Amino acid sequence: MGQFDFDVAHLLAGGLVLISLTMLYQDRLYALIRVFALHAFVLALSVAWQAAIQNAAHLYITAAIALVFKGIIIPVALHRIMVRLGIHREIETVVGIGPTMLAGIGLVALSMVVMLRVTAEADSLAREDLAFALSVVLLGLLLMVTRRNAVSLVVGFMSLENGLILAATGAKGMPLVVEISVAFSVLIAFIVIGIFLFQIRERFDTVDVGALDRFRGERR
Amino acid sequence: MIYGVACVIALVATVAALAQLTGERSPVSTIVLPLGLPWVGAHFRLDALSSFFLVVVDLGAAAASLYAIGYGRHEGEPLRVLPFYPAFLAAMNLVVLASDAFTFLVSWEFMSLASWALVMVRHRDPDNRRAGLIYIVMASFGALCLLLAFGLLAGPEGGYAFEAIRAAHHAGPVATLVLALVLLGAGSKAGLVPLHVWLPLAHPAAPSHVSALMSGVMTKVAVYGFIRIAFDLLGNPTWWSGMVVLILGGITAVVGVLYALMQHDLKRLLAYHTVENIGIIFIGLGLALAFQANGMALAAALALTAGLFHVFNHSLFKSLLFFGSGAVQTATGERDMEHLGGLIHGMPFTGFAFLVGCVAISALPPLNGFVSEWMTFQAILLGPDVAQWGLKFTIPAVGALLALSAALAAACFVKAFGISFLGRPRTAAAERATEVDRFSLASMFILAGLCLLAGILPGFVIDALAPVTQSLVQAGIPVQGGVPWLSIVPIAASRSSYNGLLVFLFITASAWTATLAIHRFASRAVRRSAPWDCGYPDANPITQYSASSFAQPIRRIYGTNLFRARERVEMPPPGDTAPAHFYLELHDLIWEWLYLPVTGAVCLLADRFNHLQFLTIRRYLSLVFLALITLLLALAIWD
Repeated sequence: MGQFDFDVAHLLAGGLVLISLTMLYQDRLYALIRVFALHAFVLALSVAWQAAIQNAAHLYITAAIALVFKGIIIPVALHRIMVRLGIHREIETVVGIGPTMLAGIGLVALSMVVMLRVTAEADSLAREDLAFALSVVLLGLLLMVTRRNAVSLVVGFMSLENGLILAATGAKGMPLVVEISVAFSVLIAFIVIGIFLFQIRERFDTVDVGALDRFRGERR
Repeated sequence: MIYGVACVIALVATVAALAQLTGERSPVSTIVLPLGLPWVGAHFRLDALSSFFLVVVDLGAAAASLYAIGYGRHEGEPLRVLPFYPAFLAAMNLVVLASDAFTFLVSWEFMSLASWALVMVRHRDPDNRRAGLIYIVMASFGALCLLLAFGLLAGPEGGYAFEAIRAAHHAGPVATLVLALVLLGAGSKAGLVPLHVWLPLAHPAAPSHVSALMSGVMTKVAVYGFIRIAFDLLGNPTWWSGMVVLILGGITAVVGVLYALMQHDLKRLLAYHTVENIGIIFIGLGLALAFQANGMALAAALALTAGLFHVFNHSLFKSLLFFGSGAVQTATGERDMEHLGGLIHGMPFTGFAFLVGCVAISALPPLNGFVSEWMTFQAILLGPDVAQWGLKFTIPAVGALLALSAALAAACFVKAFGISFLGRPRTAAAERATEVDRFSLASMFILAGLCLLAGILPGFVIDALAPVTQSLVQAGIPVQGGVPWLSIVPIAASRSSYNGLLVFLFITASAWTATLAIHRFASRAVRRSAPWDCGYPDANPITQYSASSFAQPIRRIYGTNLFRARERVEMPPPGDTAPAHFYLELHDLIWEWLYLPVTGAVCLLADRFNHLQFLTIRRYLSLVFLALITLLLALAIWD
């Protein structure tokens, strides 16, 4: 594998982490969805590049799935949902942007330390890829934890799944069936969550998940 | 119908296993089925140990099925029993045959669950529901311990097949931990004190043929689990592990029989006796471990043979006794001995079979219980030859405990038989009792006959056990088949020998002569005297000696501390005609001091963590997230 191939793969995976961090400080829903579309686009590029350097034709399909579903269909659908529901307020964060960013940086550092140490024997590309993928997964989780809005929960979940795909393509020999089934399960999860959103909205006139807690009569 | 089929299948399996055990050096047969865990598969293996326990399991199963053909007709809700009964039998067979950890544990759990379903057959009784709850909690706990033990045995490579475990060398703290876990896991199933609490509750709750299977057979499967892991898979025992098992066995034997003496419920009494006999078996196993650690192969073989022989014997006579108590329950509807009495007139055959079982379990010659306990004592007498002082002191002490428990067991069965079958009926139900059906009687008499056969011809059983001890402790006690007059000589003729047949003949002849002499010279002679009222001037049957009064001396000696037994008599004031009252207070200290605090702690923790069920979505996510981060941090800091 040439140095150039490695550098480009590195660049794309690093870009994915960067975009994940970018998502953390978006305070408008529309912007968040656009950044998410960018995230999916970079993921598709990264997977395609992996396909090219690994000579694995089936990875192109994965890339296409990522691009079509995550880069186009889901953002457009989310956009339309928001227009129909009429939500374009700012996102209420639980923790401020600054501490969230600091925590995100900490997570990236943590995943680097863990992954680079654990996978000492693997080849360098897979190592870097896995470390970046773990950061993306952790950042997605952080996004889910720190937001109150149900739409940003969905976006966090989707970006988490992007991290999984990155990890799967970095490791050689992942069967195509697994990737396709993962993609479909994500789509189904998206549908379920979409219906869920409409239901919450219908009942409580808001997509703030705090309304659910108040409805259950729990103390905060 | 189902019982008939089960009986035939179990008989075939018995014969097959017996052929495997006694056949001429029959090879160990293994089979691997592509089931279960990937890359492990389901291993099954039939070696000497498995075949011996298969004989025990299937003999008990065949007898129980035969008994149930008749007994099952009285079952109120047969559909609650029939589906689980064959599953229970199959699971016990599978546990014995399994040769990898996964198959073993799955069969083990299957056995627990099927027997739990059978315990819960009469679930409308709140006592039975409580018994079922305690049973399933203890069974889960035991399975958890075994799971951890197998995890440790398999190691990080995941060699779950028994071959791989056997090949690996286990030593040091891992071996200690595994032995402790196995003692907890198999011990809780077998009923070692203090893990026995579920046993006297659950065994009587099931229908009688299932009680017989649980007491006579399932506890033996637990013993099998212990032997398989401690002797076969772990190997190289340390001397103090033998000492721990010995002490536990001794305590179990005495505590079990003392509990049994305090019981008036016939089936519960039998269940507590199972605890006692498990103690005796574990004494044999502990001795075997201790001798093996000292390199005394022959002594280890003797102790192990004694333990295994007792396994076989106990499965026979405990099944017989449970069948008898089931027959009593069918005939009278009573399990409380204080409501029975005089049954021998209505049920002479059941009474006779029950008597044989009582004599056998009390370890009286010429029946089989005597032989195995005698061999255990022979092994104990070899105790001074071990090297460690700890063992030198422990073994005679355990011998004393064993002697004490044997004597108390005899007292207990005098009480069980005497109060239930002799005297005069205490209730109308006992008076109306009639003999049970032919299938039940046949089953009881077959078992009684086997008890007698194993008692007077023990040499054949011991020879059949030789391949088992050969494979486990690499030694067998001398072949008994060639010894003249069918006697057995475990160590050397100069040391000790026992001849069951001669003792049997002597006892029969002397009893016969004595009876003849009494009838000839005493009874026939005409005497004139005041009519003796047999010590009962009042004709009311309640004035008879009761089970409680029989146990009173022993209760006063041992129970005052062990059960904190307190007696109180309330006499009415002079001139008052109100009845006097006798109050007896017993405490189960093991339950109160060990289990109640644990239960309390679990409830407290559950209360504390209850609010975790009502968190918000975001907090759940945060919990998951924090757990993940913590684990990653631990990983990052660890190495």
